[in-house]
Amino acid sequence: MRLSDAARSAIVRLAGQFPQPRSALLGALFVAQEEAGALHPEVVAEVAALLGLPASEAAAVASFYHLYRFRPEGRHLIQVCTNVSCLLNGCRAVLDDLRRRLGIQVGETTPDGRFTLKTAECLAACEAAPVVMVGPDRHGPLRPEQIGEILERYA
Amino acid sequence: MPEPFLLKYIHEPDQGDLDAYVSRGGYEGLRRALAMRPEEVVDEVERSGLRGRGGAGFGTGRKWKFLPRDPAVTKYVVVNADEGEPGTFKDRTLMEGDPHRLIEGIVIAGYAVDAHQAFIYLRREFHRARAVLERAIAQAYERGYLGRDILGSGYHLDLVLATGAGAYIAGEETALLESLEGRRAMPRLKPPFYPAVKGLYMQPTALNNVETLCHVAWILARGEAWYREQGPPILFSVSGHVQRPGVYELPLGTSIRQVIEAAGGLRPGRAFKACFPGGTSSAILPAAYLDTPMDYDLAKLDVYGAMLGSAALIVMDDTACMVEVVARTVEFYRDESCGKCTPCREGTVWLSQVLDRILHGKGRPEDLELLDGIARGMTGTCFCPLGESVPPAIYSSLRFFRHEYDHHVRTGHCDVKTAVQV
Ligand code: SF4
Ligand code: FES
Repeated sequence: MRLSDAARSAIVRLAGQFPQPRSALLGALFVAQEEAGALHPEVVAEVAALLGLPASEAAAVASFYHLYRFRPEGRHLIQVCTNVSCLLNGCRAVLDDLRRRLGIQVGETTPDGRFTLKTAECLAACEAAPVVMVGPDRHGPLRPEQIGEILERYA
Repeated sequence: MPEPFLLKYIHEPDQGDLDAYVSRGGYEGLRRALAMRPEEVVDEVERSGLRGRGGAGFGTGRKWKFLPRDPAVTKYVVVNADEGEPGTFKDRTLMEGDPHRLIEGIVIAGYAVDAHQAFIYLRREFHRARAVLERAIAQAYERGYLGRDILGSGYHLDLVLATGAGAYIAGEETALLESLEGRRAMPRLKPPFYPAVKGLYMQPTALNNVETLCHVAWILARGEAWYREQGPPILFSVSGHVQRPGVYELPLGTSIRQVIEAAGGLRPGRAFKACFPGGTSSAILPAAYLDTPMDYDLAKLDVYGAMLGSAALIVMDDTACMVEVVARTVEFYRDESCGKCTPCREGTVWLSQVLDRILHGKGRPEDLELLDGIARGMTGTCFCPLGESVPPAIYSSLRFFRHEYDHHVRTGHCDVKTAVQV
């Protein structure tokens, strides 16, 4: 798997924004992840080469952060916040409901490849607790009875 | 009580539009700053009494004064927009609702410390804030509030939106700089790495939080005398068991009880039980402390680790089980520990095991002393504030809610849950 020219030039552009190109690493890894579906070793190596880094360095950095994935996931990532404010406002019921509806456990992907379910730490949206993010969208305060309708919006 | 101003425009439908911002007097603070000498801008911010709103509460003007004045030295401005302290959401709210205020504050800061390059380190999950900021930055460039020769002053500043990647520790300022340099977000030893002296790329760096820079924009627009008359105001993020969770702008020193009232009070029929006054890294306070003022003196309470922090008030009513809340809090720090130092890496895992055991009905009487002992082992021994965030919840809950731990250990059950879930 190789990155497209568009992705490669996006990474070069990012690198040009910083006094030291290495500073673009986090953003560049997201560019690669979005295109390749996951940070496969050869994609990480390509990103590293574009930024003039050893591949092992880029891989070590990627493994530190929660939002990178190394295996492909579903089309839509569901993140259920389980931190204190959401806990106090019933995130357990929301998570249980999602598990039941999707028929999967936390960390798994539905067989049709539509959703991956994960828990998250505080999403800095505690005023809307319990909060769930589906892809880039924030939903909350969420009652279990609203979940079905929300999921339908994501094909 | 003074009118709120930090939150004044965040609910306008034209959120983040430059023309709307300018028509309400936006960028007047920048104009005023550019007509002053940089040192005068720093002095004005210092005289305003503004203290950093990221948690540490250090004087912003004083912090800027640590940067060398030598024009031959490259300096940077870095904005910490990686908000992630559980219970805190004011910075996200400001960025989504009033992005030009932040940009204005950044340019003023850059001018004051003689930097020509600024970065916003933005939390990756803030998709809405990113979209809003991207548009606002593009507008600001187009109209000469950023880039070359800003407003004809000869001063130039570039602003780049960088990204986080999901690591709570990146909110710690030296860890943030590591991350911005493209490394693992692990804290640096300070001293010698105070950002003002050796920051980004080992160059002097003014590192400020989002709310802080929004205050700066207002201070320069209206003057420090006006600002001091306002309280000074502070943004409280109020969440948990209140009727209207949200961000509230109130004067520093408002009591916990009044902040709760501003947020609509407790849910009907429920009694106050406890709160974290300053996010999960502060101590847990019971009802006896409801009239305590929320200010920097909170830290002087006789409760170890009570503090204002990032002013995140998490309220708990009588349906909350303290053992569960503390266990969840510790679990957070356990998972977010960067692993660099032993007391934090091992202490959080060990505390978590003991708390889980108690929570699941397998606690032993000696576990209470054990929790206290582990917390002691972590106090003052961790490399950075993340590890030091854990003991306050342990000490304070053992002191004020020991009976709940006792009950769990003795009966294997949670009396709160049985009382509530009928
Ligand atoms: S206290 Fe924790 S987060 Fe901080 S350096 Fe030590 S291990 Fe890392
Ligand atoms: S605790 Fe869930 S968003 Fe903050």
